[in-house]
Amino acid sequence: MTLLITVFAAVFATVKWYNRKDDSMKLGILCFMFWGASLMWLVDALFEYWELKAEYFSPALEDMINDTFLGLSVVALGLVIWLVRLLILDPKGTVRAAIQR
Amino acid sequence: MACFLVSAAEAVVVTVMEKNAQKKEESQVDLPESTGLGEHVIPLSRKLKWLSNMLWGGVILLAFEHIWHGEVVPWFPFLAAMSDPADAAEMFYEMATVGVCMAMLITVVWFVMCRVVDSIAVRSAAEAEVAHR
Repeated sequence: MTLLITVFAAVFATVKWYNRKDDSMKLGILCFMFWGASLMWLVDALFEYWELKAEYFSPALEDMINDTFLGLSVVALGLVIWLVRLLILDPKGTVRAAIQR
Repeated sequence: MACFLVSAAEAVVVTVMEKNAQKKEESQVDLPESTGLGEHVIPLSRKLKWLSNMLWGGVILLAFEHIWHGEVVPWFPFLAAMSDPADAAEMFYEMATVGVCMAMLITVVWFVMCRVVDSIAVRSAAEAEVAHR
């Protein structure tokens, strides 16, 4: 579930990056971050599948809920990292303008 | 258990390589006689930045997952598995299998991505040249 949520986040971020008008939102970092994590969790999932075989596709409800919360938390963490970096880099000068006001 | 540490080690190496490549490219730009060759090719430092972003991103998010599962702890030696020799052996085995495969997959994907991007850059440069004539 964590892998699935991260892959959806990566696809969504990539679509937003593709449709961007300029690079002011620095969406590239978000794409790389989510794709990097997705690839790493894919390997984790493949090893787990190798171990559990068909049982891998029928997880316990409690594990699934925990994995869903983890996936959402991971996406939230990724978004927070991206946002903090965006505010520090401040490509549009919005933060600097607000401070100088 | 600590599979992300292999990618973290690779990320450190790639970041150092990226900074070195960036310095080298900046010093080459300063040269008075630029040949103009390969201007359409994306610089190595930029490509290495993609790889380091993927690796660091994955490492940070996987580290969070390990904290979530209690495998990374806020006290020394920071890895829960290190407190028991049997667990530590299992952790090293996981790092050697899962961890190495993670780092390899990201590197392979990055390599393919670079090849595709290079071919797109060369093709668009060729198209621009034809349109210019």
